Amino acid sequence: MMARREKGATTQAESELRNREKRRRERLQRLGYFCASFGIILAVWELSRAVHVVNPKLFPPILEVLQSGVRMLGDGSLQAHMSASFMRVLVGFFQGIVMAVVLGFLIGWFRVARMLLDPVINFFRALPPIALIPLMIIFFGIGETSKVVVLTYASFFPALVVIYQALVGLDPLYIRAARALGANNLEIFRKVILPQLVPHIITACRVSLGVCWATLVAAELIAAQKGIGAMMVDAQNFFQMAPLVLGIILIGAISLAMDGFVRWIERRVTGWQEKLA
Amino acid sequence: MQKGIVVDDVSMTYEGVAGRVEALRDISLCVAPGEFISFIGPSGCGKTTLMNIIAGFLEPTSGQVLIDDRRVMGPGPDRGVVFQQYAVFPWLTVRENVEFGLTLSANRKSASERKEIVDRLIDLVGLRDFQNAYPKELSGGMKQRVAIARAYAVDPEVLLMDEPFGALDAQTRQFMQEALLQILERERKTVVFITHGVEEAAFLSSRVVVMATRPGRIRKEIPIPLDYPRDPAIRRSPHFIEIRAEIERHVREEFEKQREGAL
Repeated sequence: MMARREKGATTQAESELRNREKRRRERLQRLGYFCASFGIILAVWELSRAVHVVNPKLFPPILEVLQSGVRMLGDGSLQAHMSASFMRVLVGFFQGIVMAVVLGFLIGWFRVARMLLDPVINFFRALPPIALIPLMIIFFGIGETSKVVVLTYASFFPALVVIYQALVGLDPLYIRAARALGANNLEIFRKVILPQLVPHIITACRVSLGVCWATLVAAELIAAQKGIGAMMVDAQNFFQMAPLVLGIILIGAISLAMDGFVRWIERRVTGWQEKLA
Repeated sequence: MQKGIVVDDVSMTYEGVAGRVEALRDISLCVAPGEFISFIGPSGCGKTTLMNIIAGFLEPTSGQVLIDDRRVMGPGPDRGVVFQQYAVFPWLTVRENVEFGLTLSANRKSASERKEIVDRLIDLVGLRDFQNAYPKELSGGMKQRVAIARAYAVDPEVLLMDEPFGALDAQTRQFMQEALLQILERERKTVVFITHGVEEAAFLSSRVVVMATRPGRIRKEIPIPLDYPRDPAIRRSPHFIEIRAEIERHVREEFEKQREGAL
């Protein structure tokens, strides 16, 4: 028995080492493909300009886009646009998530609340947040308030649906097990329900951040003085192709970075979960 | 005062979509402290319902269950439950799982007491090398040992086990049966054990209760006249095989009756 376990332990350590090596190689490989895929896009971009597949006037060279970025960084306007967009998303996102978590618990916990709110939630969930922008501008003017309200709305509903469905789908077995050990309601909530919800709350954050960001750009395209969307509208008005393309790239890159950040957090706090892969 | 478990004329009727289902009718029995009692019978004989009533998860339609003369009003730490699906908390490590009950206000212990109890129980179930592992890294048998240690931690009078080894392969199952007897040898509890396995019931129990179906009733109580500790080799002894055959005969008759009823 003892000898068998010892042997098992060595093989386990070895396979652990092999796994780590394999993971490292996979990460490197992924990074390679990541660079290659964007490299190909940039190459096609420059090539199609060079052979006049596209009108070079309507399609700025990569270098010019970079230069406009550096110039705007120099005079501080790029930072101002980016931080304006960021702040809106952060405030709207956090307000929406907090409200969604609180209300999600109420709906998940109380059957009456669920029956009452379910139809309404489905209606509002189906309603694209952008559809609210004209109304909000009339209500709150074209200042920050109308945008933050729309963004709060945008992050609230998808998060709410994820959280309360997670609550409804919880396995009652763990609650039974905890009750049999003497847990009271508060302890069940804190020590059994909450830990199981953490992964779902993170999923909710991912979905909400995506929706928020998409809504933000739309809102800024319609009415804003500052923000990446506003920067793009200005560029469009003055027929400046470089800042316009720069805006598109920034929006994509920031969205990707934010999602990556949430996934990084997810990996750190939900290591206990069984992964299907 | 009557020590142990008293099941006093318990009946249970469900109001289902398909009408009334009489799951249990007039169940009465006593389980003495330290006894190992198994309930065996075809599916639908209400053995899990009975366990859920003793655990306090269900309230009987009539009758009552007493533990050391106290009436069962709901689940509590005096009755440890081990489920077939393990129910080990996947977000906690082995150690944290075993410690869980001790962190609750119902049986709060100081950090040093907790450490002592958890260390002792992790050794008792032989999971020292895995104490910091998460359940996803464990085999089914190991998960069930975590569940047993977790139930032991709050020092219950009674251990209620609902087909605890039902999901394990045949070898692990035998190994776990022997491990359970060893654990009980070192720290005795009253055990109520639900099973489908005739051999399992015979090997583990001091008494086997064969249940009849629809409504669930006690058909036959069979005392197992074998001394503890029981050696695994006992499974091959003529006496054991005889006992096993007797249980088998009652279970089989019930099964046939149920099948005739269905036809």
